[in-house]
Amino acid sequence: MIFTNLRRHRVRTAIGATGIALGVATMLSVVGLLGGAVKMFERILRSDSEMVVFEKSVSDLFFSNVPVDVVAELEKQPFVKEAQPVLFSIIAAPDRPVVTCFGIRATDGRLRKGEWLQGSAVAFRDDGEGVVLGERASDFLNAKVGGTIELGQGIYPVAGVVRLENGFENGGVFMPLLACQKAFHKEGVCSVVTVALAPGHESSEVKAWMAEKHPKLTALENEEFSRSYSQFKIMKTTAWVVGGCAFLLGGLSVTNTMILSVFSRIKEIAIARVCGFSRCQVAMMIFGESLLVSAIGTVAGWGLSAGGLRLLKAVPDLQGYIEPNIGWQEVSGAMALAALTALAGAMYPAWYAARLKPAQALRFE
Amino acid sequence: MNTQVLVEDVWKSFDRGRIEVLKGVALTVPKGEIVAMCGNSGCGKSTLLNVISGLEEVDRGNVRVSGYDVVRESTRVDLLRHHIGYVFQFHHLMPDLTLAENCMVPVIAAGGNRADSLARLHELAVATGVEHRLGQRVRELSGGERQRGALVRSLMNDPELLLCDEPTGALDEKNRERVFDLLIELVRARGRTLVFATHDPELASRCDRTVRMRDGRIEGFSN
Repeated sequence: MIFTNLRRHRVRTAIGATGIALGVATMLSVVGLLGGAVKMFERILRSDSEMVVFEKSVSDLFFSNVPVDVVAELEKQPFVKEAQPVLFSIIAAPDRPVVTCFGIRATDGRLRKGEWLQGSAVAFRDDGEGVVLGERASDFLNAKVGGTIELGQGIYPVAGVVRLENGFENGGVFMPLLACQKAFHKEGVCSVVTVALAPGHESSEVKAWMAEKHPKLTALENEEFSRSYSQFKIMKTTAWVVGGCAFLLGGLSVTNTMILSVFSRIKEIAIARVCGFSRCQVAMMIFGESLLVSAIGTVAGWGLSAGGLRLLKAVPDLQGYIEPNIGWQEVSGAMALAALTALAGAMYPAWYAARLKPAQALRFE
Repeated sequence: MNTQVLVEDVWKSFDRGRIEVLKGVALTVPKGEIVAMCGNSGCGKSTLLNVISGLEEVDRGNVRVSGYDVVRESTRVDLLRHHIGYVFQFHHLMPDLTLAENCMVPVIAAGGNRADSLARLHELAVATGVEHRLGQRVRELSGGERQRGALVRSLMNDPELLLCDEPTGALDEKNRERVFDLLIELVRARGRTLVFATHDPELASRCDRTVRMRDGRIEGFSN
């Protein structure tokens, strides 16, 4: 009956499913885009490490100040394989008010992972001033190896151009840590220290050492950091709230569709009652129709968001910045929300249909 | 027990008691009897049929079908699934469904066996002459075919009691005769009980008993 009823009213079914599809597509797209952005930022922090050390109680890593001496101390510990300081900052260039800047040491592995388009890793020295540009940064700053670029109040020689997979890194400038500290008046400090553990050692050893030696700093495993970092929480919550609002609109569309469906079938429902359908069977039929509409909408919305994100990813200006991250968790969440929306949307129509008095309904014009 | 329908002192009003439609109606219909209810429009025939089927609740009085109290919701659903078939003046088939799909609605409601039901559908369709129209959508059928289809639907769960509210009222003379003949034939062949409302004295004369109604009361009976 459920399939037959939906098949009989194709346009109405399509409108209801479209509402859910748009809700699902919005939710998956927003969650996917922000989730991708979070993942991208996480990878900037990770860079072959398992832990990140930063200043306690800062709302944003740009405000974190970790003494660089901690790096040397950490490297002496048997449980640490490698520790790398990173100083994050935003700097202005002519015609480009915001450029992301990474202050790193020459031994940091992230530049080795890229494809060197100009220059080589040798030219990036801890005691030098030469900067390495991501490929996109090189494009928009119009800078090449051998030339110079103006960043903030300084002029720096370009030591290399490297193509990096991560959009933020590919659009950023890598400066030697010392030069970066000097440019931002942050001598002796960095934003975070990434820590790679020595084989056979546990993160708890780093945490215990940090708590004892540097109580103003905190060391978290990457997963822990992702879960607890307030900016990520805000982004993820925003994504789900925006998606939830889209679902509310989708839910209204389902409610509207199901109310129309019930009101236009009052006599049919009455006849079903005369033929022996119980109130419960009538309600289940309406809920079933709503759930099926929602299921169709969910599949369509999933396809819509996947296609839309793929198109966005293909836009040249967005390459590297869009890395949709639609996992089973997101899809399951959207499916559960769609099902809940369908059930909530069908409540009133189902209640109305179940309470119809057949004799009265048959007199209905 | 031989009583199929027992109606005792039934009162029914509409519009918060302002319109009294049934006023102390009492009726007993034994199993296997064919009863016609006659009377002018508004005398309460349809309401009495609705009360017997449980589609309309009574203000006062008792109604029992096959020994079951129709006032209780659970009993009412069970009665409509297994014991009562209903045919309306207008077929009330779903126009976008095929005739076969329409006829399967009571089977779905009762959770009946599909294979058995399809065999029964075929048998009833042959008996009523609509077997070649089963795959057609209702809107493609003639008035007579629709009403015969409604008759098939009402008999799908092999009910003991068939209630018909002017089943031939919307048909032309030729179709009226044909549908009524079929109705009587099917009911007699199966030993079922039929209670139907009609304006037509000729149709009423072919029944075992006629109940004359007037102004919400039973005025008299004739054999």
